[in-house]
Amino acid sequence: MNRLAQGVILLLLGGAVLKASLGDIYLRYVKESLQPFLVGAGLMLVAAAVMTILHELRHGSESHVDDHGHEHREPRVGWMLLAPVLGLLLVAPPALGAFAAGQSGSAQLQDANLYPPLPEGDPAQISVLDYATRSIFDKGESMKGRTVKLTGFMSQGPGGKQVLTRIMLTCCAADGRPLKIGLEGNRPEGVPDDQWVEVVGRYSPTSEKDPINGSEIPHIEVIDWKPIDPPRNQYE
Amino acid sequence: MRVTVTDRPAVKADAPPSPKPTSRFGSVEVLALILIALVVFRGPIAAKILEFPRLQTWTTVFVSVMVQAMPFLVFGVALSAVIAVFVPRSFWSKALPKHPSLAVPVAGAAGVVLPGCECGSVPIAGSLMRRGVTPAAALAFLLAAPAINPIVLTATAVAFPRNPEMVVARGGASLIVAILMGWLWLRLGKAEWIKIPHRPDLDGMSKGRAFWASCRHDIIHAGGFLVIGAMAAATINIFVPEQWLQTLAGNPVISVIALALLAVLLSICSEADAFVAASLTQFSLTSRLVFLVVGPMVDLKLISMQAGVFGRRFAFRFAPTTLVVATVIASLAGLVLLS
Repeated sequence: MNRLAQGVILLLLGGAVLKASLGDIYLRYVKESLQPFLVGAGLMLVAAAVMTILHELRHGSESHVDDHGHEHREPRVGWMLLAPVLGLLLVAPPALGAFAAGQSGSAQLQDANLYPPLPEGDPAQISVLDYATRSIFDKGESMKGRTVKLTGFMSQGPGGKQVLTRIMLTCCAADGRPLKIGLEGNRPEGVPDDQWVEVVGRYSPTSEKDPINGSEIPHIEVIDWKPIDPPRNQYE
Repeated sequence: MRVTVTDRPAVKADAPPSPKPTSRFGSVEVLALILIALVVFRGPIAAKILEFPRLQTWTTVFVSVMVQAMPFLVFGVALSAVIAVFVPRSFWSKALPKHPSLAVPVAGAAGVVLPGCECGSVPIAGSLMRRGVTPAAALAFLLAAPAINPIVLTATAVAFPRNPEMVVARGGASLIVAILMGWLWLRLGKAEWIKIPHRPDLDGMSKGRAFWASCRHDIIHAGGFLVIGAMAAATINIFVPEQWLQTLAGNPVISVIALALLAVLLSICSEADAFVAASLTQFSLTSRLVFLVVGPMVDLKLISMQAGVFGRRFAFRFAPTTLVVATVIASLAGLVLLS
């Protein structure tokens, strides 16, 4: 791969990173807090590309000599950088969904020790993580007499029953772990996997074991539900 | 469809470098053709990938690892270019003690100031040897720099937000392994095993040009290997059933050996490996520490780079020894610090 081609690949890579991080596409892959660093990295890649291409166009013939010396240090592995470029620009795959959730066990949660009262409102909008933690460790005490609203997508749970799911990220989708909530009462019917829904319900003392990793899947008693569009950030 | 296209360069990358540079017809034209073909067939290709949930999830995980690693790679490469271009090389040999046994730990600890990943440290260790630094010290630096520099340790802290002791354990164990390997080389190493590299580098360029040339080279080089690592990581992530990994993860000895080998096979850039380790949630912290200590020191791309820069006789002795020492020391560090 000669240097002009390297410059073009750097330009494509920088452009792809900038395009993903200036819109909302990056939220499918990483945490929101990474955005400024992604923009910086994209700009740096574009700068390196511009410097390389300008230099090659001006002094194209000189670099042939250099290429001999550098030959074994610039293997064709650089071509591999086309893969993320195409992944971001052409495919831009969606955020992890029902398939990934079905492959992994529900996340193991940690006791928070302190469960403050639910936020104002009836129903109170809380995260799936918050509901699961309050169900498992607080046995629903802090949710007594209240209704809650959860947002997630449908995926296959234990025994082929659909569960409400949200995927939790630490850094990027490679470490994504699903949080699953079993549904009782007025269960959503006829909703395909991966469809986002908003569920209003109250604490249910039932729970079950996820056969994949033995973690606990809490249940919710559904009062009402409706299909919704995916939220801007699909992870928790 | 896209996989077929991207697989082709992988085969090329494995082939030994051709004795003569390929003719001027080539890279740019090939690149243009690939891109035109992909833009034309964009719709069907994207649709095909989205049709298969497994392939789609693979693509999501692969792209995620790349996006997550990109800022770390780019800033690491830029800082490493600053040091390569603006810090005089003679500085290193002046800064090291004259006695080789003392130079080894100092050079190992000096790895702290070289933010970069392992791909960057191989050529730097070569140029240190050229400048008259004793090979044992240069090797300690080579092993330590990718593992204990601030960017890698910061990435580790970010990836393990609930286990700050992981950062201490990683830095400490990596430094100890690097120093032990340096001393081992002093005792057992033979000069004829190493082919000291000589080649024109960034000398003779203006500082600005040298800086951008170093950036371009490192991003293309290290980035290309990062892509391979991300693909392997995505494959493991999608195709290895969680229950199977759990069986391995259950046994403390087997889990350590499994993750040591996984680190060698995955060949993930040290600036990104902490995020992959964080995702291996079924495994004990100790076995994940082994993964983080072994990865930056021994992996497939490093072995090939070391064989290229220092010669095969060196790489085939050095890499297996390092693997054993790193696994043992990291396990001990895990027992002491993480349990």
